[in-house]
Amino acid sequence: MPKDLLLEIGMEEVPARFVRAAMEQLKDKTEKWLQSSRLTYGDVQSYATPRRLAVLVSGLADKQEDVSEEVKGPARKIALDESGAWSKAALGFARSQGVDPEALFFKELAGVEYVYANKSSIGVETASLLPEALPALITSLTFPKNMRWGAYELRYVRPIRWLVALHGTEVVPFEITGVSAGKESRGHRFLGADPVIDEPAQYVERLREQHVIVDVEEREAAILSGIRSLAQEKSWEIAVQDDLLEEVLFLVETPTVLAGSFDPSFLDIPQEVLITSMREHQRYFPVLNKEGKLQPFFVTVRNGDAVSLDVVAKGNEKVLRARLSDAKFFYEEDKKLAIPDALAKLENIVYHEELGTVADKVRRVRTIADKLAERLLADDAVRSDVSRTADICKFDLVTQMVYEFPELQGIMGEDYARKAGERETVARAINEHYSPRNAGDRPPASLVGAIVGIADKIDTIAGCFSIGIIPTGSQDPYALRRQAAGIVATLLEHELELTLDELFDIALQAHAARGLKREAYDIVKDMQEFFALRVKNVLTEQSIRYDVIDAVLGAGSADVRRTVLRAQALQAETAEERKESFRPAAEAFNRLSNLAAKAESRRVDPALFADPAEGSLYEAWQQVHGRYLTASAEKRMDAALSSLASLSGPVAGFFEAVMVMAEDEAVRNNRLAVLALIADDVRAFADFSKLVG
Amino acid sequence: MNFQQMILTLQQFWGEQGCIVVQPYDVEKGAGTLNPMTFLRSIGPEPWNVAYVEPSRRPADGRYGENPNRLYQHHQFQVIMKPSPDNIQELYLDSLKRLGVDPRHHDIRFVEDNWEHPGLGAWGLGWEVWLDGMEVTQFTYFQQVGGIDCHPVSVEITYGMERLASYIQAKENVFDLEWVDGITYGDVFRQQEYEHSKYTFEVSDTPMLFELFATYEAESKRAMEHNLVYPAYDYALKCSHTFNLLDARGAISVTERTGYITRVRNLSRQVAATYLQERERLGFPLLKKGAAEHA
Repeated sequence: MPKDLLLEIGMEEVPARFVRAAMEQLKDKTEKWLQSSRLTYGDVQSYATPRRLAVLVSGLADKQEDVSEEVKGPARKIALDESGAWSKAALGFARSQGVDPEALFFKELAGVEYVYANKSSIGVETASLLPEALPALITSLTFPKNMRWGAYELRYVRPIRWLVALHGTEVVPFEITGVSAGKESRGHRFLGADPVIDEPAQYVERLREQHVIVDVEEREAAILSGIRSLAQEKSWEIAVQDDLLEEVLFLVETPTVLAGSFDPSFLDIPQEVLITSMREHQRYFPVLNKEGKLQPFFVTVRNGDAVSLDVVAKGNEKVLRARLSDAKFFYEEDKKLAIPDALAKLENIVYHEELGTVADKVRRVRTIADKLAERLLADDAVRSDVSRTADICKFDLVTQMVYEFPELQGIMGEDYARKAGERETVARAINEHYSPRNAGDRPPASLVGAIVGIADKIDTIAGCFSIGIIPTGSQDPYALRRQAAGIVATLLEHELELTLDELFDIALQAHAARGLKREAYDIVKDMQEFFALRVKNVLTEQSIRYDVIDAVLGAGSADVRRTVLRAQALQAETAEERKESFRPAAEAFNRLSNLAAKAESRRVDPALFADPAEGSLYEAWQQVHGRYLTASAEKRMDAALSSLASLSGPVAGFFEAVMVMAEDEAVRNNRLAVLALIADDVRAFADFSKLVG
Repeated sequence: MNFQQMILTLQQFWGEQGCIVVQPYDVEKGAGTLNPMTFLRSIGPEPWNVAYVEPSRRPADGRYGENPNRLYQHHQFQVIMKPSPDNIQELYLDSLKRLGVDPRHHDIRFVEDNWEHPGLGAWGLGWEVWLDGMEVTQFTYFQQVGGIDCHPVSVEITYGMERLASYIQAKENVFDLEWVDGITYGDVFRQQEYEHSKYTFEVSDTPMLFELFATYEAESKRAMEHNLVYPAYDYALKCSHTFNLLDARGAISVTERTGYITRVRNLSRQVAATYLQERERLGFPLLKKGAAEHA
């Protein structure tokens, strides 16, 4: 009869950030083991708290399924020796399969006779597999950081302190680091006793009685409902950041939500500072009013019940008071630091051994940003703001606040710059130039922020690529992918008339002063490939079909904005309901592109036209070419595409009327030249041969 | 409970758990971990259980006796147990109960915090212990000390005595803590805090300190040539404190910083390696003793 199986690994507090992944790993590896062991089962549930990982398998079969299979061995001529007896090869095969040589037989496969063994294995009792399988399962879990403890050899995330392993009502006997598996679990550290689990299905309930909510979703729901009812009671908006909720979820076994307050005079400090301090140091949720303004309260989650909640709140208030006093002290001290003095300190901060100090980087960013502003024909006000922003965009790195909270870089710069009397546009751009800061973030809102942001990011990327730091696989320590994606997003958002190749060129010039370690040509090639993948991501996110993406990227991606517009236009033309009418154009493009490859020049002599179809195609292209260039310059890529498509009639007429590969060389070359001129326009739009269907 | 009673209570408690209670070490240091009773004894296979209070100097944290939370010198209560006992968390929580902290009425949590001391070539994994949101203890399983893998592993428990006392005595300002009835922490330490802060930030002789650093470093190496672990380590500690004074004065640039830390680490690595050799040469005396008692 099938039984349930429970495994609970009891540990000292596991780092909150590791728990969920470990729980999923435990479930995954349990199922993989069950499947590879031919054990049928009903369902697998996993549970986790800071002190335990657990998995519950319901309806686990009592024994493995029997199997019977034919295994192929060596060919007949190798399996028999000269005398017709079994050869060494055959005997070895029989041994490896655990069958008697007498039981081997021959069977034909694709005209050759092979020796076969009939291998059947009778399923083993589940109970006899578990004592070895469970400890192997436990030690197979991997964690980002492991440790040893006591005098044991095992490296694990934290010390194992108890183990519950129940197969039905029977304990599965095994031991790890001196801990024997049993029936006794542990309740909440301070509220519960240590419950005995008599059978696996009781697990969740027995632990609940001892004040441990082992089900992660149930615990999360409890926290959220506590926060909601508090918000309702006090008419607060409580900002619940997902990553903080996730951390708190794995810091508690029984959650109780409570609130505290702090002195409103701290609200003079910028709101971001207070929120960051509360989150990073104390794991508190901030309280806002309906307008999104921070209120002098906080919300925290206790690992326990509601007993003496006032004592807990008072203690937390005391800690927060000290934290915010520190923040206030840093804030007041930082405001005394003059920007020129801060900039001087940047000379002493090494940015990267091979790329100089932060001050060196700032100088490069200034050079790049100025050139970009010039190239983009920015007006004088913007240019002057760009120069100033670039010069001081990193000054806040030496403030105490940013030292304490690195994620406030830029945010503090904006505040301090404003207080120091910098122009509002400059202050804002200092903050913006870091944007987008993460995947969900927006690019800089102002043009000044956009230009300095692009300059800062391309300086980093070009610098890293120039010394061979190029992201591979999961290795991207300088977050270059995010920065490249940021540049792409900024170019798109601000519709900047700037190609990536121009940008690479400007950045490498700025780096050339210190001497490039690699050939500029190679660096540019690597950056082109790197950025093409970022553009590809943008297209994928816009749900552009993969064949359209390939076709468009086949024509290059240096002009990011037009690449995206080309993709959108091509996607629209090749959509299901329109693709039949577009097909002749696509076919014409492919045919003429193939032939155009044979062209040696683009010189067309109308005097050599032998057929009226040639003349009309050439005339049609001359008109289309003008329309195509204008539409492209105006970023009307749909119009550019339809003007190209309008050539499909004349092209078809041309192919019908003439033999391109004419005997007369002059006539032939003249025809190829016409096709090549058209193909140049077509291939600047897309490689239509990549389209599917 | 006054400050003195807290110290006595912890000494009594950990003494009962088999720790020898020793007195603070007489060379300046930034943390109880640097005491040779921890740094050296956590190396090698010999069992070791010790507890002591350690005055710890952090020159950069000096605030002229004016800041309610920051001090040039604070007190750590340090416990080392090797190998780490299986019930060490429970023992620690019992010690809090002895200090009058009833977990039932508070929120006590173990929050991941990994510890690293580059100057000692040491690191470990563990937690900071939160009492109603306040970090009152650092709890660490040493993985490496002096660049040497720890086996068996020592557990280190470091109570921040001022923080814990400010909570137990419900005081906002560290200088208002009661050391004994009628004598406050301020009565004992405020003058010292002021003078050391003034010295550190305004008076200290930077060229002399750089010279001292070099002198101590050379002397540590010289002592090492004679396999004299303890004197060599004392001078390494002096280097570390001198570095802290220079750093607090802002005399060491960010680029140079790494270089000085590396020099201290080289000293402590050398000391650690030689200590292990010397104990091995002696046949790891405490290992034998433990085995004899077992038999």
